[in-house]
Amino acid sequence: MAASVELRKIVKSYGDLEVVHGVDLTIEPGEFVVFVGPSGCGKSTLLRMIAGLEPITGGELLIEGERINEVPAAKRGIAMVFQSYALYPHMSVYQNLAFGLETAKMPKPEIRAKVQKAAQILRIEPLLDRKPKQLSGGQRQRVAIGRAITREPRIFLFDEPLSNLDAELRVQMRVEIAKLHNDLGNTMIYVTHDQVEAMTMADKIVVLSAGNIEQAGAPLDLYNKPANLFVAGFIGSPKMNFFDASVDAVDPAGAKLGIAGGTLAFNRSVSAGKGDKLTFGVRPEHIGITEGSGVPMANVKVDLVENLGGQTLLYTTAPDGSGLTIVLEGQRDIALGSTVTAHIDPAKCHVFGADGNVA
Amino acid sequence: MTARSMETGVSAAGRAVGTQGVWARIWQQDGPGYLFLLPWFIGFFGLTVGPMLTSLYLSFTNFDLLTTPDWIGASNYVRMFTADPKFAAAMRVTFFFVLFSVPLKLAFALGVAMLLNRGLKGLPLYRAIFYLPSLIGASVAIAILWRQLFSGDGLVNQFLANFGIDGPSWISNPRYSLWTLIILSIWQFGSPMIIFLAGLRQIPQDMYEAASLDGASKWRQFWKITLPLLTPVVFFNAIVQTIEAFKSFTPAFVISGGTGQPINSTLFYTLYLYQEAFGFFRMGYASALAWFLLVMIAAFTAFSFLTSKYWVHYDD
Repeated sequence: MAASVELRKIVKSYGDLEVVHGVDLTIEPGEFVVFVGPSGCGKSTLLRMIAGLEPITGGELLIEGERINEVPAAKRGIAMVFQSYALYPHMSVYQNLAFGLETAKMPKPEIRAKVQKAAQILRIEPLLDRKPKQLSGGQRQRVAIGRAITREPRIFLFDEPLSNLDAELRVQMRVEIAKLHNDLGNTMIYVTHDQVEAMTMADKIVVLSAGNIEQAGAPLDLYNKPANLFVAGFIGSPKMNFFDASVDAVDPAGAKLGIAGGTLAFNRSVSAGKGDKLTFGVRPEHIGITEGSGVPMANVKVDLVENLGGQTLLYTTAPDGSGLTIVLEGQRDIALGSTVTAHIDPAKCHVFGADGNVA
Repeated sequence: MTARSMETGVSAAGRAVGTQGVWARIWQQDGPGYLFLLPWFIGFFGLTVGPMLTSLYLSFTNFDLLTTPDWIGASNYVRMFTADPKFAAAMRVTFFFVLFSVPLKLAFALGVAMLLNRGLKGLPLYRAIFYLPSLIGASVAIAILWRQLFSGDGLVNQFLANFGIDGPSWISNPRYSLWTLIILSIWQFGSPMIIFLAGLRQIPQDMYEAASLDGASKWRQFWKITLPLLTPVVFFNAIVQTIEAFKSFTPAFVISGGTGQPINSTLFYTLYLYQEAFGFFRMGYASALAWFLLVMIAAFTAFSFLTSKYWVHYDD
């Protein structure tokens, strides 16, 4: 049932305003792809164009190699789960699940069987006679997913489906959707602005910004090798620390960078010349405060300590006044106002050129 | 001071002073508010409740405005149901009018509201234009205009003459006269249209998007989503418009010249009531008619509310 999706130079404009600028993307059959990005980056617009709810201004959309730009939404073999659930409030859960099948004039026994199957998968059998207003947020979300399942689509689309749920339920539903993907094996395209959801669920993450794809790839690729400053800042929580850096010396084995009032020997080639201005990035979890945790970067003053139990977050200030967030494993007793030495592993650091791309 | 009063801190005399104090405090706090409400209280009790109760009393009397009312028990009501063919005619006309004018007006209002809900440019202008007949529709001037339009040599027949149709005098033909009043009522669709439009705006767009992904045609979307989700608004409009239709008076009065003719075909209940009260000065009987109208409207409204749980869908 899984289908491939291909976007070729997809453009979306509202009048003179172009909001999606020629997006190219290939989604393999059965892949779980997450569109992630800040509000207004075009991720939902892209999803709605795939669904057939928004006309495509330019480019081609192909499902299983077939151009479907002009194919109506209902005939694309797609089901969508909306952020607001979009359950019909006057219908029971059963009627909600059966609506699409009844519209397709499927025989009643077949409808009953499909609804029962979807209800069984999502464990909502006892709720079939209830109205949506009698359900909790998580149950409504399950029904919305169930409605998508009953139609047995080639592709599932999810438009920020968990954003109306509380934190605990989000985690629970996240796991359930991931399990559902494993069980059904359909192609799933999921939109979220939450990078944790993206990292935990996706086979492939597509990071969007201002109507462009910044980077697409496996979650850990994006985490380990962000293509640019935007992706580096967006993927990872707490977000990556950035510093203005200057190239003090360059040789084939690496470079010496001036960072945060100190100098760092960077044992990786950098495509920049001496004196060039760069942005240096290091993830909070890749900074230590003991000697064994890397090379010393700067002595930093501890402004705030957050003990999360499993981790300790330090919010510190470097000698040049820039902020530095450090994540330490375990529980630490560190006094506010004390000074610690931030150590970093140069192999896990990132350098970006003036254009924002990896240097 | 006794031990008890010491406990409470209030003696018998103190309580009297205290009570006085309470009234003084209430007057100080709320007095100006009641003072401002006084005109409304006088109006409500003097001009609404008082006359209503008086008319209830009069409905059991024989009263011609000039002599003292004679108590005749339920005779007026008995006459109404057993010995008054005009009452039966007025009931027939009124029910026919309500039965056709209300659904047709609501359907027309909903149709126009759905057209306007499609994101037209200049929507406020269209809305105002379509609402205009509702503002002026029940006036004497419009009723006179209607009489001119549908008279034998009126504009409607002049228009039909272009197609070789020799139209009748619509208002003096008992087969059509009531229909001209129904059309006039439908023409005043602005008020329910505005309410439908507001109701349509409340239906989330993603319901339609979900339905279109489910393959539902526009027609199915209308029957399965728009109409069920609009039932609270339909319910409200139906009640208001039905009450209005039961109370309808001016158009029938003006178009028929106050007679309800031809052959009582435009004899609305209120027109008959008016004839009895101010034509024949049978105030007792007119009061009984008025009270029966109130009971009919109340019964209809109560029935609507009782059945609403089966067809009106509230979201919460």
